[in-house]
Amino acid sequence: MENQQITDALQAQFGADAVYGVTESHGILQFTTGVDNIVPMLHFLYAHPEFKFQFLTDLAGIHFPDAKGQELGVIYHVHSLENNVRLMIKAYAPIDAPHFPTITGLYAAANWMEREAFDFYGILFDGHPNLTRILNMDEMDYHPMRKEYPLEDATRHDKIDELFGR
Amino acid sequence: MSEVALVNNPNVGLDKTQKGGPYVNELSTLNLGPTHPATHGIFQNILTMDGETIVDAEQTVGYIHRAFEKIAERRPFYQITTLTDRMNYCSAPINNMGWHMTVEKLLGIEVPKRAQYMRVIMMELARLTDHIVCNSILAVDTGALTGFLYVYQWREFIYEIYEEMCGARLTTNMGRFGGMERDFTPVAIEKIHKLLKELPAALKEFEGMVMRNRIFMDRTQNVGGISAERALNYGFTGPNLRATGVDYDVRAMNPYSSYEDFEFDVPVGTKGDTYDRFLVREEEMWQSLRIIQQAIDNLPEGPYHADAPHYYLPKKQDVYHNMEALIYHFKIVMGEIDAPVGEVYHSVEGGNGELGFYLVSDGGRTPYRLKFRRPGYIYYQAFPEMIKGTSLSDAIVTMSSMNVIAGELDT
Repeated sequence: MENQQITDALQAQFGADAVYGVTESHGILQFTTGVDNIVPMLHFLYAHPEFKFQFLTDLAGIHFPDAKGQELGVIYHVHSLENNVRLMIKAYAPIDAPHFPTITGLYAAANWMEREAFDFYGILFDGHPNLTRILNMDEMDYHPMRKEYPLEDATRHDKIDELFGR
Repeated sequence: MSEVALVNNPNVGLDKTQKGGPYVNELSTLNLGPTHPATHGIFQNILTMDGETIVDAEQTVGYIHRAFEKIAERRPFYQITTLTDRMNYCSAPINNMGWHMTVEKLLGIEVPKRAQYMRVIMMELARLTDHIVCNSILAVDTGALTGFLYVYQWREFIYEIYEEMCGARLTTNMGRFGGMERDFTPVAIEKIHKLLKELPAALKEFEGMVMRNRIFMDRTQNVGGISAERALNYGFTGPNLRATGVDYDVRAMNPYSSYEDFEFDVPVGTKGDTYDRFLVREEEMWQSLRIIQQAIDNLPEGPYHADAPHYYLPKKQDVYHNMEALIYHFKIVMGEIDAPVGEVYHSVEGGNGELGFYLVSDGGRTPYRLKFRRPGYIYYQAFPEMIKGTSLSDAIVTMSSMNVIAGELDT
């Protein structure tokens, strides 16, 4: 099973513009798709008689503050255990309305992964059974992994970048 | 129980079907954790009980959340190694080396064969400690303390090998990008040989005490089972998945660090219950010993680290006498060396399953985004489903056999 086969099948099913930004990283196929395509695409890959992407390895949120209108992203890592092929699907949404569909209906494992992405990035997974914070405390009123929250104390003078020629 | 006691018990003789009575269908809430001896870590289960039977369970995690993924976005790559050993601290070298291999993949460093074999030995030793902890504590949770003492001294002994290799015992920070920090010392080699010679006897003794023990079998068989379909859907990996009968092992499926050179079996269970998880871990310990034996017998000669001066810390004595070594030392320690742009996912077979590192680099000195795939975090979700309808004592052994490590759960 070649990576090309997967993109061809997806483009045949969902249209040529549904799969873009196709790259390969150390043998793992990556591509970007629209938020609306995620659920039908994962269902298609799950039920496909040959591909059988039936294992959700991980789900990661990411924040690109400079990408206007596409600030928040989710990366789905799926794995076809039968073919031993991994796949990364990415989708982006604006930070004002970071709505993604939940995939808990397909993969039970997505439950806590989506809660983690919500907790740290404020990504809203529509239809999630229990979208509450998981690792941070409930009283927290911000999403700490977003890039606008610097990690270190801004008053420290020994870590100014120009002192290090950065 | 004597007859008098039965008579005095207000619950005896109550008609449970009768509506409106004080004891009818009354559910109680029981907090299992956050600090409970049987959770072996800080996480909470709020159980809804109907008498002895668990009706529902709600988990609360995050009590020791230390924001590793956020901290990692500000740290140079080599400083992140110390974060990884605080995840699954029962098998810290696997975490360290998984992270090193991820970065080597990004940087394109080729690791010499000797270093790869050394890594395999250290990782299998770590797997041994992990499984020794899990299985012997499972026996303790069922009431068998003695077996635990038989094998636990060997975990201690493996920690002495760690000490020989990196100076630390629990949070090891072992190895470097490009290989190992130091070569095997004669003491380390000697200790590994001693372990290979003497651990099997202790392990056999432990197995003889526990494996066919009627009490242990009654406590663990058909307890906390999960089907292969549900386990896959829940993202199970590692021994917990293999206990259900799925032979997914990262070492066999996507070999890294020369695992393809070694001969080993991937044990699988049939029912996915607590007893199967115990048996799979026991057999994996034998397989780990087999791998270590092959690796130490065929340990290649040659350097124990790659020639990658930009990333591999020079020897301390060189730093004092050699200008270039001093420059590299400074640049590495201050985190002045930029990594190439790229995106890498690498996974290793951790003590509990697929331990993955998803690294996004924007070409800076720190990762842009680093996501740890912690196996324990993902499979622990299934716990309520596995214990519903069982009793509290079954829930304890189920949790124990899943090997939920709080550090891994909460990053």
